Amino acid sequence: MPTAPPETLPIRTSDDVVMVRQQVRARAVQAGLGLVDQTKVVTAASELARNTLDYGGGGAVTLTLIDDGAKRGVRLVFEDHGPGIPDLQLALKDGYTTGNGLGLGLSGAKRLSNEFFVESTVGVGTRVTIARWK
Amino acid sequence: MDRIPILKLGDALLVTIQVDMHDRLATALEDDLTNKIVKHGAHGVLIDISALEIVDSFIGRTLDNIAAVSRVLDAETVVVGMRPAVAITLVELGLSLAGVKTALNVERGMALIQRRHHILEHGADADSAS
Amino acid sequence: MARSPLAALAQLISEQETTILNDWLQLLTAAGSLESGRIREAELRTQCSTFLKLFRVALTDGDTDTNSAVYSGVRDNLGEISRSRATQGFSPRETASFIFSLKEPVFSALNRSGKFGAAEVAQFIRQLTLALDDLGLYTMEVYQKSREQVIIRQQREISELSTPVVKLWDGILALPLIGTLDSERTQVVMENLLQTIVDQAAEIAIIDITGVPTVDTLTAQHLLKTVAAARLMGADCIVSGIRPQIAQTMVHLGVELNVISKATLADAFAVALKRMNKAVVTVKTATLSS
Repeated sequence: MPTAPPETLPIRTSDDVVMVRQQVRARAVQAGLGLVDQTKVVTAASELARNTLDYGGGGAVTLTLIDDGAKRGVRLVFEDHGPGIPDLQLALKDGYTTGNGLGLGLSGAKRLSNEFFVESTVGVGTRVTIARWK
Repeated sequence: MDRIPILKLGDALLVTIQVDMHDRLATALEDDLTNKIVKHGAHGVLIDISALEIVDSFIGRTLDNIAAVSRVLDAETVVVGMRPAVAITLVELGLSLAGVKTALNVERGMALIQRRHHILEHGADADSAS
Repeated sequence: MARSPLAALAQLISEQETTILNDWLQLLTAAGSLESGRIREAELRTQCSTFLKLFRVALTDGDTDTNSAVYSGVRDNLGEISRSRATQGFSPRETASFIFSLKEPVFSALNRSGKFGAAEVAQFIRQLTLALDDLGLYTMEVYQKSREQVIIRQQREISELSTPVVKLWDGILALPLIGTLDSERTQVVMENLLQTIVDQAAEIAIIDITGVPTVDTLTAQHLLKTVAAARLMGADCIVSGIRPQIAQTMVHLGVELNVISKATLADAFAVALKRMNKAVVTVKTATLSS
């Protein structure tokens, strides 16, 4: 049961990406994550936020604190109404990129997280959910 | 617009990245570095990332780019001061930074640059660096 | 006049609170809750009293669905108690009996009151049993999760204790790994190693795997991650202690460790010294003339 209300942040500019990193860091600290775990989730968030901005045409992220008795951490949901990902399998492969990226955004975020879900529909949008806990 | 300052340190150039970089800043940095390497005939570029709490693939790409361009201009790029938590995360993220040399701090990085330059100038046999 | 059947039960509990509390405490004590000394009577009494009050309030709203919002206070309270029981090392039985031993005192109070008919009493007993069973199960779930967390934490501590990083010489570190290298342990190893590299300004880290029983693809991946992380900190790695069987297994599995490897820690140390332009020399001692 979350102990603090979820927070939604817009991702429309590069400055927003910076804000997302700061807020994710703050939540991670609040959840009691150690330094390495904090760094992992903030880095994953940075990757996904950039994806949302660069490929999703902008969107938003919702931050929730997880505290369900024994598990404490953060959950992030990145959402955009962009073109969507036609081939998820391909997108999750290391090194695959449709832009100038290193192709590590999705697969990297997955590796850095305890939980990872991605849903995407072409022409509708994409939603990526990640979670990191102690 | 802010630009990241580049200092001359002996035969090398020193860049200290302290702020969250965005596209324009990164591009400006690459431009400035390229110009300065040529202008000063620099042997190397030291990028101090000790202030960075995270390094994502965007920054990784920027570092790769800088290293690649510098190499073409015959200068060695050394990234110094990576924090342990960042190193662990990078490895997990899968960012290899293969084209970039790393060192613990500016002093070590400088030694690396000088050693390489010394080898290039005088041949491998003459390498008696300590 | 009570609003609903359960509200009547809640009222009864309120009227008989002191007796119920005493009976409950007596049962818990008889079952040995205070024996181990982990909790004192005063504290236990407070816990029982608080729970009873919260439970009574929830009952007053006429619900036996312990998952409903009405019971959130009760569940939070139980969650806290369970968690503390888990971290203090209470047994599952001791923890569960906190809830289950409340049944008897309330049933006794019901029988004593004489206010309700047989059918009503039967109904109350049934509903109370349902509610307390549910809460008892919830208690156990939280307890279980907390125990898991304790075990994970202890494993981490064991990992940390069993992966010391030693300084062999200025700038040269050794990391003797003992036991299997799973992903959890690798994290601990990496953190220790990297922090030591920073603290010692080390340039070379020798990772000795003599004590690692097998090196399969996964273990090799963990090793390579550790090496890569150390490299990012500017330290070069040498892997030592590769036993012949391990070497064979690795070749058969197609595992490649693209890092310098030596058979023994001593060999690795020699290589490291050379890299640092250091040498070990025999010092001629002065001979005493008779």
